[in-house]
Amino acid sequence: MPSLFYMAAAIAVFSTLMMLTRLNAVHALLYLIVSLLAVAVVFYSLGAPFIAALEIIIYAGAIMVLFVFVVMLLNLGERATELERSWVRPRMYVGPAILAALLLAEMVIMLLQTHVAAHSIAVGPKEVGTALYGPYLIGVELASMLLLGALVGAYHLGAGKREAPSEGSHADTYESRTVAGGDLIRAGTDRTVGAAQSDFHPDVH
Amino acid sequence: MRRNLIFILMSIEVMLNAAGLAFVVAGSRWMQPDGQVMFIFILAMAAAEVAVGLALVLRLYHVHGSLDADAASEMRG
Repeated sequence: MPSLFYMAAAIAVFSTLMMLTRLNAVHALLYLIVSLLAVAVVFYSLGAPFIAALEIIIYAGAIMVLFVFVVMLLNLGERATELERSWVRPRMYVGPAILAALLLAEMVIMLLQTHVAAHSIAVGPKEVGTALYGPYLIGVELASMLLLGALVGAYHLGAGKREAPSEGSHADTYESRTVAGGDLIRAGTDRTVGAAQSDFHPDVH
Repeated sequence: MRRNLIFILMSIEVMLNAAGLAFVVAGSRWMQPDGQVMFIFILAMAAAEVAVGLALVLRLYHVHGSLDADAASEMRG
């Protein structure tokens, strides 16, 4: 077990160094994902399997997907396809693939010795949950407020650009109405309002 | 020195991960669940920071047309 821990730690350090020295963001993201997986193996060998699962699910699964989305969003344009073709060469997958294969071999070795893995749980998920919703309850509430604030802030920053095209003068033209699909609905309402007024005025006179 | 905004955010992730690793190691050394609780808090904070940070990066790229951190220097503090 200690040799597996040192190997995972070495893979984490090496892949983080490779991440810091890459020039392309996609290559750096590949090495960063391998680094996070190696840190998850370190957590597992330290006796924290719940934290290892959280690391893989949230860090390598959610946050890295956000990074990949943004990196792919920022390279829109005509030269995007050539750029992608020059970035995604099979040669660049070799380094992360070797490191990930080493981690996979470690995981298989750990799964084969089930007794050691089950016995080496230092602090289980039950104690973590009890501590999280016991003395740290105010921290959970603060984290929920932080996440809500981040949600509102990210929505505001992301949706602020949409106000600019609506200020243009073409917002009330026929094309925009037909594109928006509101012409069929609005035609009926206009006519009923006009008919109601034309019915209403003779009654007054 | 790297001045790419994406790389700055990724390095922040690495630093937060290192802090969480230190918390978990300390928690498993003294057999206390507090370290893992702190790692969960760091995880939530990192998710919030990445959401806001990447939205800011998108806005900066649309305004300045580059990912250079020195391009956003209108304030000139």
